Amino acid sequence: MINVENINFYYGKFHALQNISMGMEANTITALIGPSGCGKSTFLRLFNRMNDLIPDTTLTGTVSIGGVDIYQKNVLVDDLRKRVGMVFQKPNPFPKSIFENVAYGMRVNGMNNKKIIAEKVEQALKHAALWDEVKDKLKKSAFAISGGQQQRLCIARALAVEPDILLMDEPASALDPISTSKIEELMFQLKEDYTIVIVTHNMQQAARVSDHTAYFYMGELIEYGETKKIFTNPDKKSTQNYVTGRFG
Amino acid sequence: MKKLRKLYERLTEGTLFLCGNITGIAILLIVLFLFREGIGFFGRNSVEEGYVLALNRKNPVNKLSSREIKDIFDAEITNWEEVDGLDREIVLFRLNDITNYVTEEELGEEFEHIPECIAKIIHDHPDMIAFFPKAYLTENFSEKVLQVERIGLLEFFGGDEWMPTATPSAQFGILSLIMGTLWVSFGAILIALPLGIGVAIYLAEVANKRFRNFLKPVIELLAGIPSVVYGFFGLVVLVPFVQKTFNLPIGETGLSGSIILAIMALPTIITIAEDAMRTTPLAMKEASLALGATRWQTVYKVVLPYSSSGIMAAAILGIGRAIGETMAVLMVTGNAAIIPHSLLEPLRTIPATIAAELGEAPKHSTHYQALFLLGVILFIITLIINISVEFVKRKRV
Ligand SMILES: Nc1ncnc2c1ncn2[C@@H]1O[C@H](COP(=O)(O)OP(=O)(O)OP(=O)(O)O)[C@@H](O)[C@H]1O
Ligand SMILES: [Mg+2]
Repeated sequence: MINVENINFYYGKFHALQNISMGMEANTITALIGPSGCGKSTFLRLFNRMNDLIPDTTLTGTVSIGGVDIYQKNVLVDDLRKRVGMVFQKPNPFPKSIFENVAYGMRVNGMNNKKIIAEKVEQALKHAALWDEVKDKLKKSAFAISGGQQQRLCIARALAVEPDILLMDEPASALDPISTSKIEELMFQLKEDYTIVIVTHNMQQAARVSDHTAYFYMGELIEYGETKKIFTNPDKKSTQNYVTGRFG
Repeated sequence: MKKLRKLYERLTEGTLFLCGNITGIAILLIVLFLFREGIGFFGRNSVEEGYVLALNRKNPVNKLSSREIKDIFDAEITNWEEVDGLDREIVLFRLNDITNYVTEEELGEEFEHIPECIAKIIHDHPDMIAFFPKAYLTENFSEKVLQVERIGLLEFFGGDEWMPTATPSAQFGILSLIMGTLWVSFGAILIALPLGIGVAIYLAEVANKRFRNFLKPVIELLAGIPSVVYGFFGLVVLVPFVQKTFNLPIGETGLSGSIILAIMALPTIITIAEDAMRTTPLAMKEASLALGATRWQTVYKVVLPYSSSGIMAAAILGIGRAIGETMAVLMVTGNAAIIPHSLLEPLRTIPATIAAELGEAPKHSTHYQALFLLGVILFIITLIINISVEFVKRKRV
C-alpha cells in the first residue's frame, strides 16, 4: 500500500531523515516509535505531504501510495490529502458546530446535498464511536465536549472524507486512560477498512494495537518488523533497550 | 542602603501615579471644555451680535426663525402672509439704504441723527423689516424689535444650510456636513476594506517570509506620513486625475477625498487584519489542509472566520481614521457645504469645517460655539467607534 524508498529529508541543512526504506500493507496498523526528536512526525507527514507547508525543506527518494509516486508533479496535493487522512496530537476541531466539523471535508470537496452530508456525518460519528454521545447536540460548538470526545470528533472528521489511509500522530497523548482505551478499541475496528500509521510514545499502546512496529533513532530507521518480534525478540540491542524502557 | 532603595521605589511609584492621574485629568478637562463651549450654542440666536431687526409697531409678527429671516432678506419670502402676517409686500431696509429715505442733511453733520431717522422710517413704513446696528436704536424706540427664535436641535441637525457668516441671519444647519462626512467615509471604506483585507490575506497567507518582512514595515511607514503630504499628493495628482477620468468641471470631489482617505486608512486596516489572521492557530489550518481543502478554501473557511472579529476591528478603526481625518480631506474635497448627491460632487466634512473656520470665528460668538458643537459631535462619533471596537474584540473569547 505505502512504499518508501531511500528517502532523505532535510529541514534546511538539518538531515532529519536518513536513507529510509520500508513498506506498509493495506489494512494493517503500523506503529512508529522512538525517542523525542527522532523524526517520527516528520516521517508520518511525508505521506500526506504536510511537510510541503514548511519552507526550505528538501526530500529525495520516492514515497508511493498504491503504486503511484505521490511527489510527482502531476499529483494534486488536495486530492492526495483526501485519500490520506490525518489525526493530530492535540485535538484541533474547528470553531464550528460538531456537525459542521464532520461535514467540513465534504463541503470543501464540493458536496452540497444536505441529505447525503447528514447521512455521512452520522456514519462517520458512528464509525468513530462518538454518535451516541453527541447525537443530541450536533449543533453545539465542538469546544463544548471533552478532550477525548474532541479527538474522536477529529477522527470522525477525517473518516468522513472516506480516505484509504489514516495517519495518527500521538492521537492519545493528550487524553486520559479511558479516552485512550476507547480510541485504541476504535483503531481495531477501523483496521478492517483503513490502513493506519500511528506515532506513539506509549510502548504498551504500540504493543497492543499495531501489527508492525518501526523503531527510529536520530533520523534513522533502526529496526522494522512484526510488533510481536520487536517487543519480544528484537534484532538490535538499542531497540531492545528502548522498548523495555532501559533507554538512556 | 535598604532605606534608600525603598525611598527610590516610593518615588518612582509616586511619579507614575501622578503621571497617570495628570493625563487622565487633562483628558477629562479637554472633553469638559469641548462640551461646555459646544452646549452653549443652543439657546443663542443667529443674528449677528450687536445688530437688531426692527418692525413697525402695527405689524402683527413678533418672532421669526433664523431661516425665515434669511429667506426674507434673500427675497425668497416677499409677503408677510407667508410668515403669519398680513397680506402685504415686505419692504427690506438695511443701513446703507438710508439715503433712499432721507437726505444727508437730515442725518446731521456727524450722522448724529441716524437713530431718529431710522425710527421715523420704520414708523412711516408699516411693512418694513429693518436690519441695523444696535447702537442706532433710540432710547425711547416706539416701534417693535423683532424677536429671533433660538436655534433648536432640529434646526441644527436637520438644517441643510451651513452659512455661519451670513447676514442678517447666519445659518447653522449641519446636515450637509454630516452627509459629507458620511459620504466620504463610506466611499473610503468601500475602497479600503476589500483592498486592505486582500493585502492582509496576501501578507498573512501567501507572501513568503522575506517579502513579508519587507512589505509590512513599508506599509506601516505609510501610517506615519503627515496627512498634509497626502493632501498635497491628492491635490497635485489625484484631483486632476479624477477630473479627467470622469470628465468633471472640477476634480475636488468627494471621490478624491474617499481615495485619499482610503490610502490613509489602508495601513491601519492591513496591519490589524493581518495580525488577526496570523493568530489563527497552525493546527487549525493544518486540520483544514489535511482534509483536502485547498489553501484558498482554508483561508476563507478557517482563517477568515477565525479572525473575523479582528478584521471587524480593523474595519471600524479604519472608518475611525477616515471620519476624524482633517487636513487631506480639506485639501481635496472642494469644501462645498451642500448635501452631496454623489461622490463626484464637491462636499465638506465636519473636521474640515472646524479646521477651516475656527480661525475666523470670533471667540465665543455663535459661530465659534457651533464649531465646538461640531467638535463634540465628532468626539461622540469617534467614541462610539472606539466602543464598538472594544465590543467586537470582546465578543470573541
Ligand atoms: N519545522 C521544522 N524546522 C526545522 N527543524 C524541524 C522542524 N520540525 C522538526 N524539526 C526537527 O526535526 C527533527 C525531527 O522532528 P520530529 O518532529 O519529526 O520528531 P518526533 O520524532 O516527532 O519527535 P516527538 O516525539 O517529540 O514528536 C527534530 O530534531 C526537530 O528539531
Ligand atoms: Mg512528533
